[in-house]
This record gives sequence, structure tokens and C-alpha cells, in this order.
Amino acid sequence: MQLTLWTYEGPPHIGAMRVATAMNGLHYVLHAPQGDTYADLLFTMIERRDARPPVTYTTFRAQDLGRDTAELFKAAVAEAHARFQPQAMIVGASCTAELIQDDPGGLAKALDLPIPVIPLELPAYQKKENWGASETFYRLVRALAGPASPRPDGATRPRPLCNILGPTALGFRHRDDLIEIRRLLDTLGIDVNVVAPLGASPADLGRLKDADFNVVLYPETARSAAEYLKKTFGQPFTQAVPLGVGATNRFVAEVAALAGLDPAPVLDGPGSRLPWYSRSVDSTYLTGKRVFVFGDATHAIGIARMAARELGFTVVGLGTYSREFAREVRAEAALHGIEALVTDDYLDVEAAIRAAAPELVLGTQMERHVAKRLGIPCAVISAPVHVQDFPARYAPQMGFEGANVLFDTLVHPLMMGLEEHLLGMFREDPEFHDGVGPSHLGGTPFEAPPVAAPEAAGRAPTAAPPTPAPVPILLDQEVPVTAASWAPEAERELKKIPFFVRGKARSNTERFARERRVPLITIETLYDAKAHYGR
Amino acid sequence: MNAPVPPPAAPCGSIDLHQEHGQRAVFCGLTGIVWLHRKIQDAFFLVVGSRTCAHLIQSAAGVMIFAEPRFATAIIDERDLAGIADANEELDRVVTRLIERRPDIKLLFLVGSCPSEVIKLDLSRAAQRLSGRLAPVRVLNYSGSGIETTFTQGEDACLAALVPELPRAPAEAAPSLLVVGALADVVEDQFLRIFAAMGIADVRFLPARRAGAMPPVGRNTRYLLAQPFLADTARALDERGARRLAAPFPLGAEGTTGWLRAAAEAFGVSDDAFAAATAAGRARAETALALHREKLAGKRVFFFPDSQLEVPLARFLARELGATLVEVGTPYLHRAHLAAEIEWLPPGTRVTEGQSLDDQMDRCRAARPDLTICGLGLANPLEAEGLSTKWSIELLFTPVQGYEQAGDLAELFARPLRRRAMLEV
Repeated sequence: MQLTLWTYEGPPHIGAMRVATAMNGLHYVLHAPQGDTYADLLFTMIERRDARPPVTYTTFRAQDLGRDTAELFKAAVAEAHARFQPQAMIVGASCTAELIQDDPGGLAKALDLPIPVIPLELPAYQKKENWGASETFYRLVRALAGPASPRPDGATRPRPLCNILGPTALGFRHRDDLIEIRRLLDTLGIDVNVVAPLGASPADLGRLKDADFNVVLYPETARSAAEYLKKTFGQPFTQAVPLGVGATNRFVAEVAALAGLDPAPVLDGPGSRLPWYSRSVDSTYLTGKRVFVFGDATHAIGIARMAARELGFTVVGLGTYSREFAREVRAEAALHGIEALVTDDYLDVEAAIRAAAPELVLGTQMERHVAKRLGIPCAVISAPVHVQDFPARYAPQMGFEGANVLFDTLVHPLMMGLEEHLLGMFREDPEFHDGVGPSHLGGTPFEAPPVAAPEAAGRAPTAAPPTPAPVPILLDQEVPVTAASWAPEAERELKKIPFFVRGKARSNTERFARERRVPLITIETLYDAKAHYGR
Repeated sequence: MNAPVPPPAAPCGSIDLHQEHGQRAVFCGLTGIVWLHRKIQDAFFLVVGSRTCAHLIQSAAGVMIFAEPRFATAIIDERDLAGIADANEELDRVVTRLIERRPDIKLLFLVGSCPSEVIKLDLSRAAQRLSGRLAPVRVLNYSGSGIETTFTQGEDACLAALVPELPRAPAEAAPSLLVVGALADVVEDQFLRIFAAMGIADVRFLPARRAGAMPPVGRNTRYLLAQPFLADTARALDERGARRLAAPFPLGAEGTTGWLRAAAEAFGVSDDAFAAATAAGRARAETALALHREKLAGKRVFFFPDSQLEVPLARFLARELGATLVEVGTPYLHRAHLAAEIEWLPPGTRVTEGQSLDDQMDRCRAARPDLTICGLGLANPLEAEGLSTKWSIELLFTPVQGYEQAGDLAELFARPLRRRAMLEV
């Protein structure tokens, strides 16, 4: 048993639903109790889809358990076929139905329907959502792509042909990534044969073999299928995931090589604004910003690399909940000189973020909450998705426009450099200290009641008002904090440090003092610590 | 009974009841945790279930993601199923970690799920064992499993689990009133003031806001159900000797008046005192409702089954706002608790108990109602087909009971229509 406050991934049948919902003409019959129908809202509320997912749930109840849940399942399959007339069906069980062992695949087969019915074995007590999506897509491709055949001869075609694999329903920015990647491929002179699962029909999967190669955008969902297509039809597939400018350039070069084309039309084109924005002087304040990255493996790796190489951040933490890709994430972490965090335990991630004391967190909705508690800026760069992750505007993460979007995404949560500089200059300025709320919110203090007379607030800024202290979290491994005491003059000096770095200065100094068994922190200790930790 | 609008001309009580079996589209009882953990402020809800359970609650909680929620899931894994790990020891370990993390917790509910029911994990024994070990923290259990409960029945199961734990009211105690069913704090306070004005002073609520303040119960307890989905809780209270006051539910001015009157009659409140205590509220409710009546009068309304609030809500829409009921779906129709409500429905109202989702959606599409009340999963697809919808879960998260909220309740139904009329895109 695992204590879980929040889960990064749903169960594996949710992954199957993401594939089924992405496709046209496919229907999923899920042996599941009524509560599992909540999954509809993921698609209709979070992603704002305009139709129910193509899923029939058997919604068996306790009273059915004593009777015949298998008959219930067969009836549901037959009714779904009659009503929806799909080209193909997938059938399987959710966690509860797995326990009653009705064998959905065998039952559906016994109905002898005139369409392909593909059974899914998705072990709900071992595996999770992304694995379920990958397995479902792989099973569909295996069943529907047709028998092995040699790689097609592309010479007769005017333009090379590829498939794009990986985008699903409820995917993090998949909708817009796809538009961006299609544009890139078109500029290179490559045609797209099939995009799958998103928008593909079962019949379309039968045409996958016509392409010269496959573009894998999201290895979490598409690598297994791509490997099968490579083995069966000799189609190579791309390795580079185009997150960031460097990775997009590598992706373009790789795709061009696979297509036998010159990458120059894209590589010599206007590209992304990111390189200039990153080099422009106002970005110098980004240098060495300590950043903690957590997400699915693809996004965590791609964005950590981009953060370090294209924005000049220092990656102080890198982790993923995608255990299937632990090796890749560990390798990437090693490049940043750190150890990867591979866990799906929200509490572990929270503890790691506290320990790394980053200045920016790039994570999922879960890390956004951790960051909020810790008072650290944060941007969301990966699933699990939230309604905010389906913006109305065009907001890809991949390709050159994706790099532009990511530049903004990663930089906006940080204070603008010039503002930071001014804050340093005006430290305890009466209108510009931590006792005053943000000017765009009226400038009232965060917690304290509004000050009656403006003059009274004038000269002597109140001591730092207590921002709501995070609830202490007691973790097994947490080291008890015994604060060294501060000499009054050191405390006063500390107050001269801009408030947004003051917390870090305080904790660094206290750690420095603790490690050296300095009983009283003086001004000297403060600056010794600053020199020690100075970057 | 002094209805603020004239009752329908024809006699009531002859509904057109259909029972349907098939695919359901409702949440399971675990969903109740989302509001119950806000109501009982020092309680923690630990679901013993699968990753699906954890995913359900966090998805149903939706935007209401709390930094440190008072609910969690102990996810059963293959080691527990294969017997490699002793599920009871595992549960003890998880609960111990939890209580260490949250020393502020006074009451812990172990909440059963579909998987824990199917593998027959005995949570009542676990709760007993842990209660002894973790005292003074009390550990109780109930099932929110989707094979046994739909949506709001989770609250019923939770409150029913609390009843045997309630302190015993002395046999010679003066009659007291217990209001049963989670209500918003503000609504409780309003009702308290009205009861006080009637001269009923000893009024308690179940659940109380804190674990240590749960109401006593005994032979002299008279209780009013504030929610229509509390069958098991009512049975448990009856077993403790309490007596239910038959009443409609306090939705809308008329329902609120009927509900309060049931208490007034049981406690011997004079008609004058009753009128004095309720007049102002009724007048305000009437003013508030008038604003929405013109929007909703004559509008055709379709209810998908969801919370068991459908029948009282339909009654309110029909009688106080003049709406026409196309179909009133409900997951379960408790004929005794809803007797007054059924009586008040316009004759011939089609009430569907149970569900066959695709058939019901066909009926809804064919009827093209002006307003459809449905669960979260169905709302956008129906909107995309050009139907105005109101998602029903909001009716549980929003204070809607009592006089002061009657207008708010009407507004929840009027808003989708108003919005559709406003939008030019």
C-alpha cells in the first residue's frame, strides 16, 4: 500500500481512454463499476471536448457480483457495437473488474462481431496511465497495421512521407505541438501520411506502413508502437524530441536525414526568438537561476536541457514520475551533475524541492502547489493536466514557436531583471519593501490591516509581515532545524538584503553557522556565508 | 401549506414512474469526501482503494486542489493482492505515517472502495484495532464504493457510521431537534436563528463541524433530514430511538416552510410564533424568486440522475418557478423520505429511477429541453449539441437550502439561460 495524497498518473485504463478518445471510429468497452465513469469529465471538462469519450462502461454493482457480470459485459459489447457501429473495438477491465476476472477479451471474442475486437490487458495494480496509453496504442497498431512487409519504395513519390506518432486526447499541449511539427515538416518538404492516435481511425492505422519513417513526439505513448513498426515494416523513427531550440535543430537534422532532404530551408530560416531574447542584456539576471524540473520523462529531460543550455539556468533538481524512462532521466541528470529523482510520491517530490531550495520550479500542477507553499515561482511544463493547460491561444511547446512559448513560460514567473535591480537599490524604501503588497493589487500589506494614515507608514517600514507560514511537514528523513541565534546587528544587516532573497540568505547563513558550530551569527558570519555560497 | 405560489390546479401525487437499468453515469460515494472533509474540520478521510479512487477524488475535486488536503488514498498494489504484504499491517503502517504527519486530526475515516470490497478487506476490524492504538484519535469506517453507493450515498454511509458513536442523550432529556445532513455553516446559522425565534432552543447538527462536538442522540431526539439521500443514517438514528419528522426538503421557500413547519408542529410552536419566525425569510425569498421566475417560467427542464436531489429540485422548479418538467431522473427514489416531495410534483411527471445512459441521452436530445441538469461528464457534450446545461455537482457545493438561498438556487438554474441569451458568439 502506498499513501497517496495526489497521483501524477491515473490508472492504465485512463491511458487507454486517452488513445480511444483521440481516435475516430474506435469504441472502448470498459468493464468497470459506475464510479469509474468520472473519467468522462477529464475529457469533457478539463480538455473541453464536445462529445463524450467513445467509452461504454458496464457499471456493474454489488448485486451483480452474485449473478453474472460476464453476461453484463457481453450485453454491453453487443449494444455498443449495435449503437455506435465502430470500425474496431477495444475491450478491457478497470481495477475492480480485474479482480473479478471475467476475461473481457474472451467474452468479446465469443460474440464473433464482424469487426476487429482488440483485448487489452492493463494490470491496474502494477501499471499506470502512460503505460496504459502506450500499451493500448501498441496493441492497436499490432492488430490493425497489417502483416509485415518491406519498407515502401519512396522513390516514386514527389515528397517523402512520414507518420506522426504519440499525440493523444488529454495530452499536454499535444494539439498545438502537432500544428507546429506539421508546419516544420511541410517546410522541409515532407508529407504526413497518418497522425496517430490523435485523429486517426482504425482504418488509418492500416496505412501506417505506407510511410518512409515515423516521427515520435511523445516516447511515453508512442515508442513501443514505433519499435513495432520498425521491426515489421523497417520504418526508422526519430529520437530527438523538439523541445527547445537546440533539440528542434537536432530534430530537423534527424528528420531531414531520414527523408534524404537538405535541412537548410528550416535551419537557415527565421527559427525561434529565443536565442536573441536569451542573449539580450536584460536576460543576464537569469544567469545561474537555480531551477528544479519535474514532470514526465520527455518534458523533464527536454526542458532541463533547454533551461541549462538556452536560458543559462542551473538545474539543481531533475526528476520524473515516469519510471519506464528512469534510465534516460538519470543520464540527463548526470549531465547536470546531479542525481535524478524518480518517484511518483508527491511527498518525496515536495521534500526534494525543499532540500534543493530552487529559485524556480518547473513541474506539474502538483509542484505548482508545492512551490506556492514554499513561496517559489513556478511554471507548469508537464502533465498531469489541468483545465489551464488547454489554453484558448496557440501555445505549443515543441518546435521554434514552442521554444518561444517556453521562453515566456520559464521567464515570466521570475521577477523581471530590471525590477530586481531596482528592488536591490531601494531595499527598504517605504513604498518598496516586503511589507507592501504588489502595487498592481493596490499596495496594501499582505496580512496586516490597511494602514490608517499614509504618513504613519512612511518612515519606518514594519518588520517583514508574516506571509502565511507553510504548515510544517514532518517527514521521516527531515533533519531537525536548530537555528543558531542572530546577533542584533547581523539581523539588521540581513534586513538590508532584498526580501526575495532574504529567506535564502538566512537559511544559508544558518546552515553555514550550524556546520561550523558557530553559536552566534554576526555580520562577519553573514558575509562569510555569502562568500561561501556565492555563485 | 401556505405555499407562496398557488398550487397546481390538478391534484398531485400521481407521477409517471419508470425504472431503468443499464449504463450509469454517476460518481461513486467516494466523491462525498470532497465536501465532507470541508465540513468536519478535524477529520481525515483515507480511502483504501486503487489508483482509480485517488484519481477520481482529485479529478472530482477539480479546481479545489488544496495544498494539504485532509483526504488521501492508501493505494492497494499487487503485493497486497498477492498476499506478499499483509494488507492489515500495510494499512497500519500507512495510517501511522498519516497520523504522525497530521497531529491535528481527531477523527479518521477509513473509506472502503470497490477493490477493498471485492477483496473483502475488513475495514471495520481495522478501524477498531486502530482506534485502540491511536487513541484519542477515533477511527471509523464506511464504504464509498461504487458497487454499493452512488455519489451522495457516500455522505449517507459516512453519517451512518457516525451515529453509533454519538453520545447518548439522557432518557429524561427534554426533546431536542437534530438536523441531519451536511449543510453550509452559514445555512446552519440561519436555521438556528429561525428555530430560536420559534422557541426551539436545543438544535444540533449532524455532522458537527468538529469531531469532538458531535450531537447526542436518544429517545427524545426528533430529527429533520436536510438532505434526501440519507436512508441509512435515518435507519441508524431510528435504532438509537430518535424519531424522524416527515417533511419536504428545505429547497426553495415552500420546501423550507414545510420543513420548518414539521419541526414547529413537533415542538408545539403556535401558528403565530411560526408565522412570526418565518415571515421575514419567506418575504425575502419571494422577492428573490420573483426575479428569476420570469426567466424560468414555462422553461422545459430535464434532469439526469445524479445526486438524489433531483425530485425536490424539480418540485421547486415546477411549483415556485413555473418550469415544466420533461423528465426527472434520479439514481434512487426513497419513497418514504420523499413522500411529501412526490406529492408536490405535478401529476404525470415522468420520474426515472436508475439509468440507461445512451437511451436517456436519446430522450433528452429528442425532447430538446431548455435546461438540462446533469453530471460534469455530460454537460459540455450536451452544450455542444445546443442544449443549455447546469452541472449538478454545484448544487452540493453551493449553499442552496433555506429562505436566504432560495434566490441563489433559482439563479443557478437561470444563469445558463441568461448566459446563452447574452453570448453573441
